[in-house]
Amino acid sequence: MLVSLNWLKEYVDTSALTDAELAERITRSGIEVDAVIDSSYNMSNVVIGHVEAKEKHPEADKLSICQVNVGADELQQIICGAPNVDAGQNVIVALPGAVLPGGMKIKKAKLRGEVSNGMICSLQELGVESKLVPKAYAEGIYVIASDVAPGTDALDYLHYRDTILELDLTPNRSDALSMLGVAYEVAAILNTTVTLPNTAITPIAAKASDKLSLRVEDTHANPMYVAKVVQNVKVQPSPLWLQQRLMAAGVRPLNNVVDITNFVLMEYGQPLHAFDYDRLQTGEIVVRKATEGEKIVTLDTQERTLQATDLVITNGKEPVAIAGVMGGANSEVTDETTTVVIEAAYFEGQGVRQTSRRLGLRSDSSARFEKGVDPNRVQKAADRAASLLVELAGGEVLADDVVFDELNKEEKQIIVSPDFVNARLGMKISMDEMKGILERLQFGVTAENGKLTLAVPTRRQDIVIAEDIVEEIARLYGYDQIPMTLPQGATQIGKLTPYQADRRVVRDVMEGAGLYQAMTYSLTSSVAAQKYALKKAPVTKLLMPMSEERSTLRQSLIPSLVESVAHNVARSNNSVALYEVGSVFLGQNEHGQPYEEEHVAAVITGKWLDHAWQGETKQVDFFVLKGVIEALMIKLGLHERISFVKAEVDGLHPGRTAHILLDGEMVGLIGGLHPATQKEAGVKDTYVMELNLFALLAAANDKPLLSYTAVPRFPGMSRDIALVMNKDTAAGEVVAAIKQANVKLLQNITVFDVYEGDKMAEGKKSVAFSLTYLDPEHTLKDEEVVAAHNKVLKAIATIEGTEVR
Amino acid sequence: MEKRLQELKEEVLQKIKATLNSKELNEVRVAYLGKKGPITDLLKGMGKLSPEERPKMGALVNEMRQKVTEVLEEHAEKLEQQAIAEQLASEAIDVTLPGRTVRIGNRHPLSRVVEEIEDLFMGMGYEVAEGPEVERDYYNFEALNLPKGHPARDMQDTFYISEEILLRTHTSPVQARTMEKKEGANVRIICPGKVFRRDSDDATHSHQFMQIEGLVVAEGIRMSDLKGTLDLFAKKMFGQDREIRLRPSFFPFTEPSVEMDISCFKCGGSGCNVCKQTGWIEVLGGGMVHPNVLEKAGYDSTKVTGFAFGMGVERIAMLKYGVDDIRHFYTNDVRFLSQFQETEA
Repeated sequence: MLVSLNWLKEYVDTSALTDAELAERITRSGIEVDAVIDSSYNMSNVVIGHVEAKEKHPEADKLSICQVNVGADELQQIICGAPNVDAGQNVIVALPGAVLPGGMKIKKAKLRGEVSNGMICSLQELGVESKLVPKAYAEGIYVIASDVAPGTDALDYLHYRDTILELDLTPNRSDALSMLGVAYEVAAILNTTVTLPNTAITPIAAKASDKLSLRVEDTHANPMYVAKVVQNVKVQPSPLWLQQRLMAAGVRPLNNVVDITNFVLMEYGQPLHAFDYDRLQTGEIVVRKATEGEKIVTLDTQERTLQATDLVITNGKEPVAIAGVMGGANSEVTDETTTVVIEAAYFEGQGVRQTSRRLGLRSDSSARFEKGVDPNRVQKAADRAASLLVELAGGEVLADDVVFDELNKEEKQIIVSPDFVNARLGMKISMDEMKGILERLQFGVTAENGKLTLAVPTRRQDIVIAEDIVEEIARLYGYDQIPMTLPQGATQIGKLTPYQADRRVVRDVMEGAGLYQAMTYSLTSSVAAQKYALKKAPVTKLLMPMSEERSTLRQSLIPSLVESVAHNVARSNNSVALYEVGSVFLGQNEHGQPYEEEHVAAVITGKWLDHAWQGETKQVDFFVLKGVIEALMIKLGLHERISFVKAEVDGLHPGRTAHILLDGEMVGLIGGLHPATQKEAGVKDTYVMELNLFALLAAANDKPLLSYTAVPRFPGMSRDIALVMNKDTAAGEVVAAIKQANVKLLQNITVFDVYEGDKMAEGKKSVAFSLTYLDPEHTLKDEEVVAAHNKVLKAIATIEGTEVR
Repeated sequence: MEKRLQELKEEVLQKIKATLNSKELNEVRVAYLGKKGPITDLLKGMGKLSPEERPKMGALVNEMRQKVTEVLEEHAEKLEQQAIAEQLASEAIDVTLPGRTVRIGNRHPLSRVVEEIEDLFMGMGYEVAEGPEVERDYYNFEALNLPKGHPARDMQDTFYISEEILLRTHTSPVQARTMEKKEGANVRIICPGKVFRRDSDDATHSHQFMQIEGLVVAEGIRMSDLKGTLDLFAKKMFGQDREIRLRPSFFPFTEPSVEMDISCFKCGGSGCNVCKQTGWIEVLGGGMVHPNVLEKAGYDSTKVTGFAFGMGVERIAMLKYGVDDIRHFYTNDVRFLSQFQETEA
């Protein structure tokens, strides 16, 4: 909402404050002032000039040489490029020294050899938006129709010495969608009164009802309709002050009749519409729901197809307007119009909202109806428009409006006690102070028995319950006055749930291992959504995605992490290690909501270790990432319960991929990207993993409390063995077989060498293990170790193709 | 003999001083002081001397022996020092060469902000509550006093999955769910999470972003409690010198509603580009929980009151760290992510 302060000051006296102070007070009381705009843009040396003579520039077809009277002793020669400049016109002249809003400095100049002592201006050059400039002057200079002395300050004459407040209204404050609404707000803030506009009319004897009949068929959608008939109207441009008011409010002037309806719309917040009585043809207005598929050409010359839910104004035969949204071209006021029907109505908001949304037609009218107009201003706005038609268009108002009225105009009652208010604010405001504030806001206030009984002004449709009154009192009393306290009473201990605490641990481990936490989007493409998913489940798609790229909820974090790697690699960040904790979306529950499962995923590429000057650099590989997972499992106390099993997953390297099992259940995967996937993504050797965090942390939280095991007092002994085994036998099988044998003294098994070179027989490899034996009770004797070791060897012997070297 | 002794002494001392390392020195020691050395020979030759001369000569030989041993030890010490010095010199390194890299990652700046806020409020007895990203229309809107057709639904353009299921547009449904679950008991929660709006991604808009909200419901909760809580929050997140100002505002789920500005942390309030010359920066919204919201969740709004507040995590992070493009949070450029390593007080 744009508020011209010149206009506002017609209703309320703000002279005690500067414009900036006023803006600050309005903001602090609840309506945010986004900007304070000086509509003169601090210009000077801009005057009215009279073009005495015009001739063609000898050297340029499109330029004219004008002799202009700017109120000085001599005529000034000014070169003008506008096609519409002519002798006899009153125009706006920027004299040398003027600085225009675009920053252009006017100087004496020569244009193609001819002197120019200034510039004849368009409104755009004075800072007016093109869409607001009257159409006649949209392509050229602005011509002032009225008589005015040359040399007069143009900014004064055109009412540009004004300040515009740009209000950012919250949706509840539809009362401030009008100049009067803002005036009431300002008057309440400044504790002063509002001067209302003149709505007095002296009708002629003829009765409107003799010319016009009215029938409202849908009284829910249209509980009130006022039609006024004004005859002998002379359609012409509006006076400058009215045009300027509209432009300041963001409305383009058209002609006096339409301008008046728009002016009253801005003044009262009550949308009006003017029909050409003669073009209505039938002398009849019928308000009804449209028939399905019915058509109307609206004022913007577009043909609109209507639905049975749309409300239309008809002439009894065909639609002449879409109620509350836009008028029809067939009944539009033109230069030939002499008799005007002014419509002031109350259209129910939801219907207007639906229709305007569906048609993509949001107008100043629909915006106000949607939010609900003041029932008590419908008639007043009609009267105000009629009185202006008399004043500015020479019209005669017919007696007795044609009216349908079933609208409830009663003021709502709210009873509130000062204790209620103070208890909610944590303040001690007296009942008298509350009463004073509410009276400033134009509430009817009766104070009795320690309670305030309030009648809420009908323009304040946002005030419904006692809590609304609390806010009204607080905002005018000043939010600054509210003290600062902290909640009293019993409190619990604030702490994370075990899951949340462990999730932080997971992050700490991943970061300690050298990975950065990443964040990616939950929405992805339908192609990427199911890639690498740990579980097979239906996907969840948006009804109306903005793009295919963000159309489906993901089932794995890996695709977007790979995308992040590609982003980095494309920018020469070749070594990347990222992890993410986020949800995946699987299937749907009985409400249609997907099951959201939190996962942790990681991706690594490039160098893992980069210590080149000592000759230590290492590219990432499968085991780097596996090591990170193992560290995580140790931290979560799950390392004994986790195993890795070779697996094949689409998009991953078939020889370098494993499923991760927790107690034998699949909870994750790890693998190198398939070379084809890497090529497609534009990345080099890249390894990824993803784990079901719900499953992991549930297991981590479901285990015995941590307890200490005695540090061994006796030394252990170790034995190394090198095995020759089949290439496709996994080292893990050997470890599993040894563990299976349950050798009591065996403490630890580690692999310390793997050899697959040409010294081995075809299809064979050598794997060396180190075995540690220990008895916490005594120093081991040789024969005990031998006995244990033999059990191990026996276990190994059960694996086909495996023998000790 | 005395003369021979003197000559021998000079000879030994000279040889000792000429040695360059402990091995050579040891050779000298063995050669002169050893059982086959000239000194032993001298002593053996003492038998030929007269009984008067014998003690005198014995004393002289011992004196010489002592002297030689002394010098020998002195020189041995010197040689050792020399050897250590040589070793140290040869072992010297360039201490300015870089150390062996210890990889260390760090939190995403958004997580960092969220955890900082969580920790602050946990210290005041809040629990951390979370909820689904895909919500029912009921929890996202209706339970929050936003019935179907409510004009304020325009404020948040929504990604729908079906007529009744949507991507949550704010974290407030977590409040609604928590209140419902608490069945009338007191609530103190802080709710972080991802939210979604139909926005095209650009420098200041993101179709996915994070919010964090707080909610306190109990008997006797007042707006002054909200103000005091927010003041603590502002000082913790943006510095002890921050002042807050509350402005009246509107949210469908609170009444009265507030927006909170903090005094600009860059200019301190005198006006700069961060605060757009106003001295104040808008940080969050909040208010007293709307009675309809309490009633929907099963609370008696005549007895119980509450306050709620919420903010965009990206906005807080952008303000706190001076980030100028919201897309940085989701592209995961390591040159961005690695900037959030160091700790803060």
